[in-house]
Amino acid sequence: MFELGKLARGAKFMAVIGAMLFVAACAQTQPDGLQGNVKPGTGQDFVVNVGDRVFFEEDQSTLSAQAKATLDKQAQWLSSYSKYTITVEGHADERGTRQYNLALGARRANATRDYLVSRGVSASRIKTISYGKERPVAVCNDNSCWSQNRRAVTVLNNASS
Amino acid sequence: MCDKSVGTRFLSRREAVAALGAMSFGLLAGLQPANALIEIDITQGHVEPLPIALPVFSPEGGDAKLAEEMTAVIAADLKRSGLFKPLDPASFIQKNMSANTQPRFGDWRTIGAQALLAGSVAKQADGRVRAEFRLWDVFASQQALGQQFYTTPENWRRLAHIIADAVYERLTGEKGYFDTRIVFVDETGPKDKRVKRLAIMDQDGANVRYLTRGDELVLTPRFSPTSQEITYMSYGGTDPSVYLLNIETGQREIVGNFPGMTFAPRFSPDGQKVIMSLEEGGNANIFSMDLRSRRTTRLTNTAAIDTSPSYSPDGRRVVFESDRGGSQQLYVMNADGTNAQRISFGPGRYSTPVWSPRGDLIAFTKQHQGRFMIGVMSPDGKGERILTEGYHNEGPAWSPNGRVLVFFRDTPGANGGPQIWTVDLTGYNEQRVTTPSFASDPSWSPLID
Repeated sequence: MFELGKLARGAKFMAVIGAMLFVAACAQTQPDGLQGNVKPGTGQDFVVNVGDRVFFEEDQSTLSAQAKATLDKQAQWLSSYSKYTITVEGHADERGTRQYNLALGARRANATRDYLVSRGVSASRIKTISYGKERPVAVCNDNSCWSQNRRAVTVLNNASS
Repeated sequence: MCDKSVGTRFLSRREAVAALGAMSFGLLAGLQPANALIEIDITQGHVEPLPIALPVFSPEGGDAKLAEEMTAVIAADLKRSGLFKPLDPASFIQKNMSANTQPRFGDWRTIGAQALLAGSVAKQADGRVRAEFRLWDVFASQQALGQQFYTTPENWRRLAHIIADAVYERLTGEKGYFDTRIVFVDETGPKDKRVKRLAIMDQDGANVRYLTRGDELVLTPRFSPTSQEITYMSYGGTDPSVYLLNIETGQREIVGNFPGMTFAPRFSPDGQKVIMSLEEGGNANIFSMDLRSRRTTRLTNTAAIDTSPSYSPDGRRVVFESDRGGSQQLYVMNADGTNAQRISFGPGRYSTPVWSPRGDLIAFTKQHQGRFMIGVMSPDGKGERILTEGYHNEGPAWSPNGRVLVFFRDTPGANGGPQIWTVDLTGYNEQRVTTPSFASDPSWSPLID
């Protein structure tokens, strides 16, 4: 179960990267380039067209303006598709100690949860979990990877795809 | 047997090995064990290792392989401690040593030996193994120690560790730590999909056994100081939580019934309590739970990250890390949570403090300018010393005699991963403990008599 979930999330992340590259390449002409292939209201729609994650500065859990913009879109999307409950996963990069990073990931997940609640998402729909530094998505040895790992990811719990 | 875990039975030292006490030696009858013998003063900084001759134990009854392997384990233990220098057997002048051979001390002095360990090992008719040894002070031409033991053949490594402990204790005046085990997290698979299993091994890396199967994420196992139990964190339940695992039966249970993630567990010195962090709305506070009464007690209540608690050996105080002052620093408070005082004031961030079983030092991880160090300081924060420093060193744990720290060292990049190392209090003697795969979060067992 757990492995399946993780694989699915991995696939979603790949989809995000794909979407970002595509958008970057076609930003002038076709900002919503992939929309045609994605069914609204699906997990793929959420990942590709809304964005399932926000990023943090080193040792911080403050939401940036960019992060807030993403969460505004998440909140709007979740109000449209109220069948979903979500788990907000908090993560840290590898340049910290294990126990502190578990707590730091929890802080990030909570900051994200609190913001979504402030934007109208019912707290009862949101669960948080911290993975600390245990689940990196990028594995290189510099800040380009560490900054991708300092994240809070909103996972749809009952998404079909 | 519990389906999640694999039980593995450990014998106490008394169960494993019958000590038959001191041997007196006919040739030397009447000689008192001397007091003015060679001794290693390990309270000093850098210690010159003591040259010791370790001729292969005499295989009485013919099991030469067993005798060779036992001698090699003893020699490796003593060498790894950094306090002994086993001499090259090719240099030995007197051959065919056994526990009952009278040494020609001049021959051993000639090759520079200061101590000589001579022994015999025999398989008895009843299947048991008998080992006996004498430790000789070469300069004083006297026996320093003589002991004999019986055990079952499968315990031969433990018997070798027990003999190494006896030598260490006789020559340093400190308890040994060789007949002990280390619990750790075995790590396999790619960095972004690590599989983590609880595992246990002898302190020299032998006899690795797995305690969980890798189907759930497990972290930070810590040995009970009084029983064959560990406390650790697992993602197996609804929330990531602290668990207890009985190593022998494989039985496990959740510790407490907390609303949210519990983590960073450790036993109290009497083994009756677990102290840990509870995550509450993005803050982490410290709680203890009495394992008999199941009563939980809140020890801190801050809008900060309070974690990595560790009791003093008398159980009266707790050292922990907190970012209540803005960055991770070490604090000491009373065991009831009162009177928390910051003790770390150097540049950088301090974390994962752990109180020495001797009470005199607190070991920690320190981060400064992108480097990760292992260091020690007094419980009042004075006398900070960094023992090792590099890209990533983390999570020290003490040997039961408080002389050696075990920790993990990580390497960068996609193919990097943690390995287990030890360093003694001088900081001069770093040794890797060989593990089958990447390994992290080591914790040392007590020395159980």
